[in-house]
Amino acid sequence: MDRYTEQRLFGLLARASAALVVGVLAMVISVTLYRGGRVFLTDPAVMITPPGSRYMLDGGGGFLHAVLGSIFIVVPATAIAILLSLSTAVFLQSDYSSERTSEIINMFLNVLWGTPPIVYGVFVLTVIIAVGAQTSLFFGIIAIAIFQYPIMTRYTDEALRSVPGAVKEASYGLGSTRFETARITIRSALPGIVAGVIIGFARGIGDAATVLFTAGRSTQMPGGLFEPATTLPILIFEQAASFNAEVRAHAYAASFVLIIAVLTLIIASKLLAGKYARFAPGGRHS
Amino acid sequence: MTTALKTENLTITYTGKREVTALNDVSVEFNENELTAIIGPSGCGKSTLMKSLNRLHEIQPNVDISGEVYLGTQPIYATDEPLPEIRRRVGYVPQKPTALPLSIYNNVAYGLKIHGNHSKAELDKLVKKYLQKVNLWEEVNDRLDAPGAELSTGQLQRLCLARSLAVEPDVLLCDEVTSALDPISAESVEETLKELKEEYTIVMITHSMNQAKRLADKVVFLYLGNLVEANDVNQFFEKPESERTKQFISGQGVVGEDESSDEEKQPATTAAQVL
Repeated sequence: MDRYTEQRLFGLLARASAALVVGVLAMVISVTLYRGGRVFLTDPAVMITPPGSRYMLDGGGGFLHAVLGSIFIVVPATAIAILLSLSTAVFLQSDYSSERTSEIINMFLNVLWGTPPIVYGVFVLTVIIAVGAQTSLFFGIIAIAIFQYPIMTRYTDEALRSVPGAVKEASYGLGSTRFETARITIRSALPGIVAGVIIGFARGIGDAATVLFTAGRSTQMPGGLFEPATTLPILIFEQAASFNAEVRAHAYAASFVLIIAVLTLIIASKLLAGKYARFAPGGRHS
Repeated sequence: MTTALKTENLTITYTGKREVTALNDVSVEFNENELTAIIGPSGCGKSTLMKSLNRLHEIQPNVDISGEVYLGTQPIYATDEPLPEIRRRVGYVPQKPTALPLSIYNNVAYGLKIHGNHSKAELDKLVKKYLQKVNLWEEVNDRLDAPGAELSTGQLQRLCLARSLAVEPDVLLCDEVTSALDPISAESVEETLKELKEEYTIVMITHSMNQAKRLADKVVFLYLGNLVEANDVNQFFEKPESERTKQFISGQGVVGEDESSDEEKQPATTAAQVL
């Protein structure tokens, strides 16, 4: 093949694959909107209406319980995971741990990352049974936090690693303590860390398997930290298979809400990260 | 002439996969309110020597050190004084101008904030004072809240100087502070350094013989981790004691030879362009 044909072909392939990605996203959004449209567009209030008593059978009412369940589970879980993953990632930097230890811990984190979420679900279920508790918001939070932790840690670790050594040197050179230097490093890495947090949040809010056995499949409004709850992905999982078309339409409407929420979050985080990126060392010099 | 800082039989070995002795039994003195230039080919231990003066090399793993460094009369290794306090007293300006991820104002205020309690008004006053000291105030006083990283490289290097000065160090370590700068910025940083040596003891690494001639009071020449010669600047360049020094300053037959050495014969006035 002639070099220039080769180049044109590759250019075509590259553009086509980019178009495919955008196309798939557009299709997913439009299909969920179209299928859930009957419910969602005629009555957008389904997402803020509590479920009726026979919700799973006739789709009466809305899915506020799952929206709230998702928020109440994923927001605290993300907060816990941020705290843990930041601490771990700072530890993994050579100031605190040796190169060898970091390598080993990173390997474990990769294994955890690769572990199917249903395994975390079953693990927390075992704990629930062992302590004689019931499925609840609380255990949903724990399961999601465990699920998010390796993802966020790997992202944060990479972000911290990419901070130029000169920043640490400058900080220590001014007489900073390790902790103060870690804070400076974290600030430098903030755009990357925010990206990791958002990925973790999006994965957490979208996952059904982890919360299925831990938070439960409640059709009631969440009643308390130790009461059963449910999330949007579980709702979708349960309703999409219903024989009643009304109920199935709710599953699509819920999917639509979920996608838009994640999309909004990612765009917001991009804007936020951009603001911090101006402060990143090197800035326009790097 | 008072000695502000001195090393005594300082030996530093990197004990990673390959053992490298970066400094071998180096004893050298740095005088108060003088600028001492450390010169030598790449990899001769200049940076290691400089970082050992405020224990900054300790942030890397696998470094062995023996000997001692005295700040005035106080040892900085065999001491109970916390490491951050030692590093405050021996300031460090990195080779590549690097902003902390903060605003221009907070880059200077950072050191003040971590080392003491100052009121907002005091901070304002001190930030202004140190920015003026490095001749940067006029250029940035209308955008103190802008990110430090958005300054030009030359301005950024002066910001780094201001930041280091703000913690009121006794000694200032400058690692090739003009090498990343364009000639005009380099000249202005040099001017600043000249003013600063009235008040501070400065230790500077440089790759430029001409810069050493222009700025230094004393020159320390390292080769392969050994101290070859440490002497008054005029003596060093006019009547070097060691054969190796003669070869190095005339740019002959030394590994990692200095790029500016060809320009030696040019008058010093044009030398700012040769950095």
